[in-house]
Amino acid sequence: MRQILEIIDLSHNFGGLRAVSDFSLTVGEGELVGVIGPNGAGKTTIFNLITGVFRIAQGRILYQGEDITQWLSNRITAAGIARTFQNIRLFKDLTVLDNVRLGAFSRHRYSLMESLWRSSNFREQEERLTRRAYELLERFQVAHYAGVPARNLPYGEQRRIEIARALISQPRLLLLDEPAAGMNHAEAEELIRLIRELKEEFSLTILLIEHQMRVVLNLCQRVTVLDFGETIASGPPQEIHHHPAVLEAYLGRDI
Amino acid sequence: MLQLLAQNVLNALQLGSVYALIALGYTMVYGILTMINFAHGDIFMVGCYLSLAAAAFLLGWQANLPLPLVFTAALLFSMVLTALLGVTIERLAYRPLRQAPRVSAVITALGVGLFLENFTLAILGPEPRQFPSLIAMTPWEVAGLTVTPLQILIVLLAGALMVLLDLLVRRTLLGMAMRAISYNRPIVPLMGVPVDRVISITFAIGSAIAAAGGLLYGLAYPVLDPYMGIRIGWWAFIAAVVGGIGNIRGAMLGGYLLGIVEVFTPVFLPSSTYRDFVAFSLLLLLLVFKPTGLLGRPVFERV
Repeated sequence: MRQILEIIDLSHNFGGLRAVSDFSLTVGEGELVGVIGPNGAGKTTIFNLITGVFRIAQGRILYQGEDITQWLSNRITAAGIARTFQNIRLFKDLTVLDNVRLGAFSRHRYSLMESLWRSSNFREQEERLTRRAYELLERFQVAHYAGVPARNLPYGEQRRIEIARALISQPRLLLLDEPAAGMNHAEAEELIRLIRELKEEFSLTILLIEHQMRVVLNLCQRVTVLDFGETIASGPPQEIHHHPAVLEAYLGRDI
Repeated sequence: MLQLLAQNVLNALQLGSVYALIALGYTMVYGILTMINFAHGDIFMVGCYLSLAAAAFLLGWQANLPLPLVFTAALLFSMVLTALLGVTIERLAYRPLRQAPRVSAVITALGVGLFLENFTLAILGPEPRQFPSLIAMTPWEVAGLTVTPLQILIVLLAGALMVLLDLLVRRTLLGMAMRAISYNRPIVPLMGVPVDRVISITFAIGSAIAAAGGLLYGLAYPVLDPYMGIRIGWWAFIAAVVGGIGNIRGAMLGGYLLGIVEVFTPVFLPSSTYRDFVAFSLLLLLLVFKPTGLLGRPVFERV
């Protein structure tokens, strides 16, 4: 199996606080890997480091064998890494359709002048893009919201639109940041099914952060457990489930 | 009476077109950087001089060149060079201060404006320059109104530029990226958008539009001096705030409104020197009752 993502000895500090400590993880092409851990364990920080939101001071990240440690976010996205956010980050005043279209920014190939003269190349690309955005909205059963500002949508729909927005950039690696946050049992089950389907449909590799143990254990082939920035366990879900350090991190130490 | 009104509305439309074009630059930069580019009035002034330079050069070189050609060449020349000027200013003066407190960038902008004024003064001297007449000023009588071809050109060209810009901002990915940056800048790069390039393009477009305004203004009010950008810059700024700063259509609306204020002040008040008083009073009143401007919306969140 080819490696798509290699994270090597990644560390990150916020002031004096060590948010991530010597984190290493390898994700193979087509895998579905989970990172779990209690709140504040440094999970989202890792996503922010992978996608260039934070500058990396210690450690390296390779994507498809290429060192992307110092790349800017837009270049990383263009290279095929897309993500969603734990607390939804849609552009709330843009319509749902525009939110999704914007996700494809790195895929457009026309110049400013062409957009001013509305050249045929410009019109064809814009048309194709809009069609693609509608297809994705239909895939997620939210096409009827296309013209509505994103802020007016129910929470669950906003989550799905974030995934659509990530997918339109044609990623090879999709990072999902707590996709089940705020969902009840039935909704989480539904989400697990959706993620499995998407992985096949779009031939994705997925790295997933989750707070809810159940989602990760049902979904992922491999799981890494973080606590206070440290990797405390790593392996297939059934092993992780009974790992003493994991139980301790989640349930607290026995008295 | 009705005729007088119609005539004044026509004049207001002409002047308002120029204010609107300049106001767009203020509002675009504010929208994307939440910063008032106080050098923008002087960028307009430079654009005006650049079109004068191009027109004077072409006419001096070949006196019998067709005037529409001279006009078009001067327009393109000044739009391109002024766009470069705007991009350079952003790159050298504002970008290094991107992370600094907002007030640093605003003071820098004032400094850049002073620099542009004094640089022009140093090169060209203080004496006003006459803008050559490129478009016929011979008035037509239409239904009792006096209309010049220049007036029609100004209103139509300004309108066309505004429609083009509106389409760009509303309908293209680039425009969406601009709006997205103004809503939630930190996550825009994650959409694959090169934010610095979009900001450069915003300055280029805003400055080029101001240059077009500069040429049109020079043709209509053909006396240029290095300080002309100050008053017009202030008026365009008021226009942008009145319309709702950050809002493109608001800037257009505000521009035309201020055109009306300027043209109608001497109709109702004893002298046109009251115009600044009226414009700033309007601004103050509006800020009291609708602080976000006519078309502006309150900002709910900043991430």
